[in-house]
Amino acid sequence: MFRRRGRVCVARFEPDEVKVLRKVVTEVIALVSDGFDRGDPVVKRLFPDAYAGPDGPVAGGRDIAEAAADFRRYTEGDLKTAKIDQAGAVLAALPSTGGGEVRLDREAAEAWLRALTDARLALAIRLGIRDETDLQEELDDAVLHDPTSQRVFQLSVYWYLGYLQESLVNAISR
Amino acid sequence: MAAPQTAPVETPDVDEAPAPDRPWLTVVHNDPVNLMSYVTWVFQKLFGYSRERAEQLMLDVHHKGRAVVSSGARERMEHDASRLHAHGLWATIEQP
Repeated sequence: MFRRRGRVCVARFEPDEVKVLRKVVTEVIALVSDGFDRGDPVVKRLFPDAYAGPDGPVAGGRDIAEAAADFRRYTEGDLKTAKIDQAGAVLAALPSTGGGEVRLDREAAEAWLRALTDARLALAIRLGIRDETDLQEELDDAVLHDPTSQRVFQLSVYWYLGYLQESLVNAISR
Repeated sequence: MAAPQTAPVETPDVDEAPAPDRPWLTVVHNDPVNLMSYVTWVFQKLFGYSRERAEQLMLDVHHKGRAVVSSGARERMEHDASRLHAHGLWATIEQP
């Protein structure tokens, strides 16, 4: 978990943690580059419609569909690039082999926060996480069902990324 | 919110009515993923809000499902929404 040391945020990662982090951010890169599919619920969440909230199209004075398409046209490319860059910042800071210490200056720490958000959003959609989801309960259920399942692994990773991100928010805000 | 836009049956032969001077709003919606601490941090960073104000907005999003985080010209609100999207928050813009 991250802590503040002077001007940098520092954490030590085990080899397995490094592997997991590599895996989840690499998946985000794939999702926003080669695998980009606007019909994918994860892509929909990472690239939200600026003119449609949870209750459908928002109130507004002009043709909302047209405005939404314009917004997408003007922002989607930059947003893709930003997501690839922030995932790249995670890959760049991780030890190249095994485990080790990661030191992040402010800019890198902010990129990590955004990249961890993307990875958590993607996992949450795949796992069907909702407001009322009790993560402990979900995990217990999944373990009972099959402790070696992909779902147990993904829930554990989601949980871990949440703790990691929380520690980094606290470290950067100090 | 979310009244469907119905086109008038008879469309007058004028261009789209000029946008009235009412401000546009950037709204952030609740989601089950983003950490409360992270959302507070994003509001402080993007809008320069004090910790107290950012926390209040975060709590509004959390409890009421949505909060207006900025208001002004439409282009600026689109810019704010895109910055929020870059941070993984669910933002929309609207003109009430």
